[in-house]
Amino acid sequence: MRRLCLGIESTAHTFGVSVVSNDGVIHSDVRDIYVPAAGRGIHPSEAAQHHNSVAHNVILGALKEAGTKPREIDVIAFSCGPGLGPCLRVGATVARALSVYLRRPLVLVNHALAHIEIGSLTTGARDPLVVLVSGGHTAIAAYAERRWRIYGETEDITLGNLFDMFAREVGLATPGGPEVEKMGAQGKELIDLPYTVKGNDVAYSGLLSAALREYRKGVSLYDLCFSLQEVAFSMMAEAAERSLAHTEKKELLLTGGVAANKRFQSMLESIAEDHNARFFAVDRRFSGDSGAQIAWNGILAFQSGVTVKVEESLVKPRWRLDQVDVTWRS
Amino acid sequence: MTPFKKGAEANLYLDDWYGRKVVIKNRVPKVYRHPSLDYKLRVSRTIREAENMHEARKASVPTPIIYIIDKENSTLVMEYVQGTRIKEILDQLSSEERDKVCQQIGREIGRLHNVSLIHGDLTTSNMIRVDDDKIFLIDFGLSFHSQDDEDKGVDLHLMKRALDSTHYRCAHETMRSIAVGYEEAVGKESASRVLRKVREIEYRGRYFSQRA
Repeated sequence: MRRLCLGIESTAHTFGVSVVSNDGVIHSDVRDIYVPAAGRGIHPSEAAQHHNSVAHNVILGALKEAGTKPREIDVIAFSCGPGLGPCLRVGATVARALSVYLRRPLVLVNHALAHIEIGSLTTGARDPLVVLVSGGHTAIAAYAERRWRIYGETEDITLGNLFDMFAREVGLATPGGPEVEKMGAQGKELIDLPYTVKGNDVAYSGLLSAALREYRKGVSLYDLCFSLQEVAFSMMAEAAERSLAHTEKKELLLTGGVAANKRFQSMLESIAEDHNARFFAVDRRFSGDSGAQIAWNGILAFQSGVTVKVEESLVKPRWRLDQVDVTWRS
Repeated sequence: MTPFKKGAEANLYLDDWYGRKVVIKNRVPKVYRHPSLDYKLRVSRTIREAENMHEARKASVPTPIIYIIDKENSTLVMEYVQGTRIKEILDQLSSEERDKVCQQIGREIGRLHNVSLIHGDLTTSNMIRVDDDKIFLIDFGLSFHSQDDEDKGVDLHLMKRALDSTHYRCAHETMRSIAVGYEEAVGKESASRVLRKVREIEYRGRYFSQRA
């Protein structure tokens, strides 16, 4: 039987709503993204205000795009964490209201896990080693016995943070990843920057400080962007390669916002080939935060019997990927 | 020659060297990395590995003997150690055996730390059990010298991560046994400082909460 899930994403910049059916068809995907003032980072309460003001239109837009009436929705899902408290509470409030008004079950979705599930859906990866890279995450994980196990992770800031903070300091627009990628394409010379791999873990704060130091010395911003990307991605690629050799998985899946970066994709593709694994990168349209990832994960959870009472649907700003009890994967 | 094992960063070949069975460890160029970064990493790790394996040996931590260092080709020739990787056996051992093995792992890590050596990549893939009573530590490419509790803490944190991810069924008990052996080697005071660091490092990571 066809079931429709309406998913709401609101962990950080993006307020997104999407309607997805249990056969994996994404019927709509509407987003409105909060953009902080130039040179500023995300301000949680401003972002939450943004989400509040656009929620109504985004929901109507997603229903319209899907050609669905509210009554045809079978289940409501929202991103419950990890993320910024004020932002999460907007999505949660909207989801609870819809759930009560439409008398439909409510499902909590872990945002990180949703990146993995939408990656699997759009690529067909079945049992991959996952490289999850975004503003909120930089982790390497694989599934076993109802849990995603973390093999490696950043010990301080994420890849997304690294590029955002660098971009902000040198006057580039945010999100920083695409800007650094554009500038870096014109750089040639590799500047000596600290390379920090600890087992399968990485740490980026030292790299950020060093890159900013070079910038203040007057090094070409093109070369600096080029070098920052090379070093940051090589570190993560190496950690991924170590994990791949250790786990001996036959699939490597790249997902999350930073997955759209071509250079990083080519590095991981090369590693996968070297270890006889198939490489998959999440469909570019769903690498960034979206309601679609939440709706898809929501319907998977719902079909395995996971729902929550409205009064127990509290947000979890620090809900780690490896704390989720996964009931729908074998 | 075809490698008998292909690791993450090196190909391993078996060979005979003046009548001894040896392993040739060749750190191969990685095409995905910028060539100058790649060369720098391969050479520095080859040297580190040789130096620090030797030093570990002097501190009576079982490691393979290094016979040849070929810096230019980022290649080492070392003693072949016949045994089983801990990764393969840890989950199968009886809990008494497992406790014994893990205490011993903890002691070897402690011995390294006593001479200010940080392994840098402690996983069960990098430990070999020999003759049922020795644990050899290998893969010293990320090792370095430090007396800081922070660096020692990261070392144990990586060990804990490897147990949590790969040996999740016995992660808790094995880490506890390792801590027992570690304390035995480095002393109570030092051990409790470093183990406190391990928790600190974990909480510093993404979305960990002191309250959880």
